[in-house]
Amino acid sequence: MDLNFSAADLAFRGEVRAFIDGALPAATRAWMVKGKSPTKPMVVEWQKILNAKGWAVPEWPVEWGGPGWSAARKYIFREELQMAPAPSPLGFNVNMCGPVIIQYGTQAQKERFLPRMANLDDWWCQGFSEPGAGSDLAGLKCRAVRDGDEWVINGQKTWTTLAQHADWIFLLCRTDPAAKKQEGISFILCPMNLPGMTVRPIITIEGGHEVNEVFFDDVRVPADLLVGEENKGWDCAKFLLGNERFGQARVGASRERIRRLKIIARESMDGGEPLIQDPDFRRQMTEIEVELKALEMTVMRVIAADMKRSDGKPNPTTSVLKIKGTEIQQGVSELLMKAAGPYAWVDGDPDEEGSNEWDLAPDWAFGLAGTYFNWRKQSIYGGSNEIQRNIMAKAFLGL
Amino acid sequence: MDFDLTEDQSLLVESVRRMLADQYGFEQRKTHMKSIEGWSTAMWAAYAEQGLLGLPFEEADGGFGGGLTDTCLIAEQMGRALTVEPWFTTVVLGGGFLRRAATDLRAELVPRVADGSLKLAFAQVERQSRYDLFDVTTTAKQDGDGWVVSGRKGMVLHGDTADRMFVTARHAGGQRDRGGIGVFMVEERHCTARGFRTVDGARAAEVEFDRAPAVLIAEDGLPMVEAVVAEAIAALAFEAVGCMEMAHAMTLDYMKTRQQFGKTIGSFQALQHRAADMLIALEQARSMSFYAVQAASDSDADERRRGAAAVKVQIGRSGRLIGQQSIQLHGGIAMTMEYACGHYFKRLTMNDSLFGGADHHIRALADEGGLVQAA
Repeated sequence: MDLNFSAADLAFRGEVRAFIDGALPAATRAWMVKGKSPTKPMVVEWQKILNAKGWAVPEWPVEWGGPGWSAARKYIFREELQMAPAPSPLGFNVNMCGPVIIQYGTQAQKERFLPRMANLDDWWCQGFSEPGAGSDLAGLKCRAVRDGDEWVINGQKTWTTLAQHADWIFLLCRTDPAAKKQEGISFILCPMNLPGMTVRPIITIEGGHEVNEVFFDDVRVPADLLVGEENKGWDCAKFLLGNERFGQARVGASRERIRRLKIIARESMDGGEPLIQDPDFRRQMTEIEVELKALEMTVMRVIAADMKRSDGKPNPTTSVLKIKGTEIQQGVSELLMKAAGPYAWVDGDPDEEGSNEWDLAPDWAFGLAGTYFNWRKQSIYGGSNEIQRNIMAKAFLGL
Repeated sequence: MDFDLTEDQSLLVESVRRMLADQYGFEQRKTHMKSIEGWSTAMWAAYAEQGLLGLPFEEADGGFGGGLTDTCLIAEQMGRALTVEPWFTTVVLGGGFLRRAATDLRAELVPRVADGSLKLAFAQVERQSRYDLFDVTTTAKQDGDGWVVSGRKGMVLHGDTADRMFVTARHAGGQRDRGGIGVFMVEERHCTARGFRTVDGARAAEVEFDRAPAVLIAEDGLPMVEAVVAEAIAALAFEAVGCMEMAHAMTLDYMKTRQQFGKTIGSFQALQHRAADMLIALEQARSMSFYAVQAASDSDADERRRGAAAVKVQIGRSGRLIGQQSIQLHGGIAMTMEYACGHYFKRLTMNDSLFGGADHHIRALADEGGLVQAA
């Protein structure tokens, strides 16, 4: 048993950190330190820089541009990005649709889509959820009917994250309504600019525009955009969801947010003293730090197991990572908001021209409440935390 | 990075697991506890036979040269079987001090610990000290060439059968000063121990020292005490994980067989989610127990103390959740003395409070600035 990274892995960490320090645009870092989501140009610019370095698609095989890293190095890379903080390579491209195409796509599909995905020439979004198919995803109704050399798509997707930026969408559509619900679904790629498509924004409670509804009205897609076999799309979906092994743990991101919290808690006053002196506040913060340390070790265990025998099968720890990772992130976001005290009520963005010219609140207070509200989504998306518990009970506890 | 056991470690764990499965079933445990000592001398001999008593001592001293990980793996098995022999007090606590003692003392005592003829204990708690290792009123004074110790120590685990006791005693400074605390070793015949049974079925004693002749182990003893306690916390973490695994497994078995309303209670989603929460707590505890070994081996005393505190917090929280929920999900049956589940709950509860419970350590860790350093 040896719980430490090897010297070579630690040297790799240094290399990654040095690269990020040198290559990450200062404006992007400054923006993200405030806890704000990177803008589209920031994400695209950074992914092109990573791609030029050969680091944009850590999970992909070397044949398609992956760097050939061990599980430990992939983890180190993700952590360093989160702690910088820097944008992560766009998940829809590199962790979701890309691996599905690599696993199930034709050679022509791979050549056509993968290089542009890696370089973020095309921005992809995910068309899974529907108004009637949330946790019960296999209950989806969006129809695709074969008509000659085309699929004709009718229906609606929802919660489509960043569809407003997207060039392409990967869809789960019902292609055989007579089959059992998991067996009549196909995985289809679709350009976002076709006639009959409408994207309508959904504004979330903090006022942001991340998610959308996407409507399909007789949208005609060439038949060669089916991935895998007709009616076997559920296999692709399961594969895609199973790949989200570490995506939700976000240990590095939480550590970065706790650092930020400690800085704010030193500046914010409470009872005539810096908030960080308050034993109750410190205790709440420390509770989360302990949970985070345990989660970090859990991630290490999963990585170590992956390096020995990578069967790629989901295991119970994947659900643990999702539940604990999101609880911790939500917990930190709540403490950040509380640290701002009454100034947490300020809305808007100090970076927008003129919005804080009268010094309405400390610059760091902006957005803290918004993030707290926005991050309530974390325990809902990616298989809600209750669905994760169902998975654990059925698949691993045998209940 | 590798969390798997070495082949030697696997063999060790397997042999201990088999021995305890054969000789330390829940019914057999009841018999062991009824003996005069309150624990089994036959099992003690078996531990010696298996090499568990000499495990962490260096081979040159007459031990087997095991590392902290080996000790922890044994502690996990001891937790699974809820053993009541003085293994932890002799090997982990007393052994922790003995390993750090002078060469001639090691040469004299380690072989006797390893063959089972010498049992050790650690006398530290005082009425006012609660969980502060540095809060010491017991005194040590020089007396000719040697030292004498006077004072009263409480909750000395297995203090009633220990042959040698390691004692913290103050030779300088005020009651709560970090300096001026020595570690001494006192022979059983020089102190008065009043033994009693603890609520988890083990043994402890109130021990009185009245100018008891003592061997000086360390004059500036607190750093040594903290190092030994950090190792003990790692072993306790593994013991607790062993208890949690068993309580969780028993609960799952019960949920799969117990029928109410015409179906197994494990088919109810409310209960399934509780069982999933127990698994999360168990996985987090197991992860933290690995960190405990890493932290106890840190050369920086501040890091070691912070790490140990974090471990106590997580293990305490997980143990409480699993202990309480294993009782709740069983229902009435787990409230009975006859059923093992409640005994795991009791051991987990006592385990948490040893060397300070989660509440103590969360405060200590928070006061030291937590685990994440602000930039």
